[in-house]
Amino acid sequence: MGDQPTPAQTPPTDEEREGLLAELSESLGEILVDSHLRPHEDLWLRVKAQNWQDAARTAKAAGFTYFGFLSAIDWLIAPEGRYEDTEFDSGLVEEDEEPVELDASTGYGGGDTRFQLLMQLYSLDRQLGLLLKADLGEDMTVDTLRDLFPGADWHEREAHEMFGITFRGHPTLQPLYLPTDFEGHPLRKDFPLLARQVKPWPGVVDIENIPEHLEAQLEAEVMAAFEAEEGEA
Amino acid sequence: MTATSDREQMAYVDAQAADARVNVELDTGDMTLNIGPQHPATHGTLRIACRLDGEQVIVAEPIMGYMHRGYEKLCEVRTYPQCTTLINRIDWLGSFANEVPFILAAERLMEVEAPPRAQWIRTILFELSRIANLSLFLGDMGVQIGALTPVFFAFRDRERVLNQIEEVTGGRFHPNFNRIGGLKDDIPKGWVDETRSVMVKMRTFCDEMEDLLVGNEIFQARCRGVGVIPADVALGHGLSGANLRASGIDWDLRRDANPGLAWDQIDWRVWTHPDGDSFARYWVRLQETREATRIVDQLLDGIPSGPIMAKVPRIIKVPAGEAYISTENPLGEMGYYIVSKGDLGPFRVKIRTPSFNNISVVPWVMKGVYVPDVITILGSLYFILGDIDR
Amino acid sequence: MSLLALPYWQETAIKLGLALAVIPATSLILVYLFLFKMMAFMQSRLGPNDTGPYGSLQLIAEAIKFLQKEDIHPAQADRRVFRMAPVVVLASTFLLYVVLPVGPDAVVQNLDTGVFYAMAVSSLSVLGILMAGWASANKYALLGGLRAAGQLIAYELPLILAVMGVVIQAETLNLQGIVVAQATGEIFGFGAIGNPFILTQFFAFLIFMISAQAELTQTPFDMPVAETELVGGFHIEYTGFRFLLFFMAEFGTAFAFSALASVMFLGGWWIPGFDVDDNVLNVLGPGVMLAKILLIAFFIFWVRFTFPRLREDQLQKFAWKVLIPLALANIVLTGIFKVVF
Repeated sequence: MGDQPTPAQTPPTDEEREGLLAELSESLGEILVDSHLRPHEDLWLRVKAQNWQDAARTAKAAGFTYFGFLSAIDWLIAPEGRYEDTEFDSGLVEEDEEPVELDASTGYGGGDTRFQLLMQLYSLDRQLGLLLKADLGEDMTVDTLRDLFPGADWHEREAHEMFGITFRGHPTLQPLYLPTDFEGHPLRKDFPLLARQVKPWPGVVDIENIPEHLEAQLEAEVMAAFEAEEGEA
Repeated sequence: MTATSDREQMAYVDAQAADARVNVELDTGDMTLNIGPQHPATHGTLRIACRLDGEQVIVAEPIMGYMHRGYEKLCEVRTYPQCTTLINRIDWLGSFANEVPFILAAERLMEVEAPPRAQWIRTILFELSRIANLSLFLGDMGVQIGALTPVFFAFRDRERVLNQIEEVTGGRFHPNFNRIGGLKDDIPKGWVDETRSVMVKMRTFCDEMEDLLVGNEIFQARCRGVGVIPADVALGHGLSGANLRASGIDWDLRRDANPGLAWDQIDWRVWTHPDGDSFARYWVRLQETREATRIVDQLLDGIPSGPIMAKVPRIIKVPAGEAYISTENPLGEMGYYIVSKGDLGPFRVKIRTPSFNNISVVPWVMKGVYVPDVITILGSLYFILGDIDR
Repeated sequence: MSLLALPYWQETAIKLGLALAVIPATSLILVYLFLFKMMAFMQSRLGPNDTGPYGSLQLIAEAIKFLQKEDIHPAQADRRVFRMAPVVVLASTFLLYVVLPVGPDAVVQNLDTGVFYAMAVSSLSVLGILMAGWASANKYALLGGLRAAGQLIAYELPLILAVMGVVIQAETLNLQGIVVAQATGEIFGFGAIGNPFILTQFFAFLIFMISAQAELTQTPFDMPVAETELVGGFHIEYTGFRFLLFFMAEFGTAFAFSALASVMFLGGWWIPGFDVDDNVLNVLGPGVMLAKILLIAFFIFWVRFTFPRLREDQLQKFAWKVLIPLALANIVLTGIFKVVF
């Protein structure tokens, strides 16, 4: 009950991460498509979607027993955009600017397919995090990780209802958040944000101006207070 | 303070088994009971559908979504400062802590680091929000068990902390204070001394709670041995925060994965408890609150001088990339996975909330417990609906 | 009141009228003092301070509010039983006031089996609670009602066994007789303060107080009404006037049990310095009783606001495995002392 106070432990070095990458590359073998390592950040591994469960099992065997989260990224640019084309936003974004596309070969910044699964795991012993990514094929189906990580149960249900991903072997793939007769998958980019359709976004500036008949009075009050302070100082 | 003895645990299990035998012999039917969505014990609109056999739970399934606001979709159409306003409201009891991992992730993508003064004050406010959040838990657990008085003391003493947060940020509950590159404003004059006296009062409050609740035999009888979560189950489900540490796992993101705030420059300790029952979770949070007051005292002593905001352009566009940062929030591990395409706002934000994983263990832990224990376990797991439902 | 020398029926009618009026009045005092003000001060807040001086008329305001509410009942409730349940509970409270003495002659009916009658009548409330729990057609109410049945029946036994010790020492079941025994008795030869049974029957007093706390379904024994679990338990579906009846019954019974405790353990309407037959005590007695009742009720409510609640199986274990053996041991000891000394 209660520990000896532990000294501040040094964060894992990049050598340790590279060592981890080498170790996992070896154990994953063909399943590993690519990897991405940024300094002082969790390691990204991109694996094949049909071997999703094997990749997770290998990671768990390598010590990554703590389940972080499981979700997905939809790489489609939303057809409705970001609703930023109002008169107030016009000064902010240059007209010809295109969204930057990164080299998506490593799975970082994009994928081969539209949907990409994302999972985060921790290894408490090594103090390292691992981000697993997999590009989903047309069938949008992967194996469930529920038997490996019980916490994945709810995360997969959420990914199912939000993106439409099917998890093979999951017994109760029911909606988690949405009402039972909801149609569509909300977090897909082609699912419109109804709040913005119903009431248009007025833009960056969204304040109500002070009514004109009060503006002069307010200014007079502020000036009086300022002068009173100036007089005291 | 001894853990539940094996004899006591065996007695509890024997009682449950005896009940189950009687129910089988009498061939009684099951009863479905909905706890919630409107119920004083679920902190918000959580619904737990229980199948009861007498007073024993056979299956307990949480049904969420009554408060789902769609934050991840909303963040996709907002700029980063606008997102900050939104995500304040995920965990509304310790809301400064919600903004921090988001802003840190954005700063990492921009490869900007906030100046040391800003990081220190961020840490101070982070710990203050932890005290505000956990002090409510300390009182609220009493209410779940039936002691109506401690929660009033909790609210009264918590106000002092909220006043301190308000003096700096302007908002008691939703500070909206972090900006990419630092903080919005500096701390006012006299704030440091006031906060020091508030920390003394919070330590007195923690002692009061210890007297009132931890030392009470009825509280211990209600909480010890109830809702034991072993370490491997905790890891598999992704429990975080005090729930993890109460199962004996020594893991604290402030120490083990510090994203750049000031915890590594002061002296503090991580509290764990080997039992994994509801009492352990309460005890760990009590010690954490005290520890947070000590952390704040040390931090107040050494705030570095300097600017409060790094040099960032007025219109912030975060470069393309992905980043994941998680911090040890009051409720557990909260993380933001930001995908950016170089816009004014994020392309995709995945919000990893602690209460989502904490409550996913409920179906496992509630098998065979009595109805009052359901409330005890829910109270000890400590979730906030905004955190589960986003 | 033998002073007035009225015919029996008129005298009884006056006494009954007074008793009936006393019950809401006593609820008022108890609720205001303890539930509103004392609870508030203990919880570091003020309590009602708007209605009347220092908020003293708050309960009257609430009573009027309850009276003007719509009379609703759940669609699937068993209507007759649903309506009768609060009446049964309140009836048992009213019946309890019949034997409470507030002066040498000031009692509605001085039954020779006063203690027996009081204990019997107070257990009628169990019926009312069960009726409420079942007839509400609500699973929470059902759970509350079943818990109440188990708890209230379990704690009847220690209550009665504790009182047995007092009865053995006073050698009578008559409540006036118990007061007289305390007034005229001596403790090992020292007779100035009489023989209040709280001193000689201290364990019986403790057991009685704990059992009374359970009989009143106050925390730490308020499983039937566990607010944060059952949101009201057996009276979850009651609103308006019917809820007011439950409320009055709860506090009326609390008053009555405190009165019983002060009669049996603190000496009732007698204070040292007076003769037992003194007529002055007919006037002073109610005041003395009120003071002793408030003292005991203070402890009942103090414990209520402080402790968490026990789970039912822990409740039952406590009653059957701890309280009843202790009470039995107390009876045995009292008997031995009575015979030997």
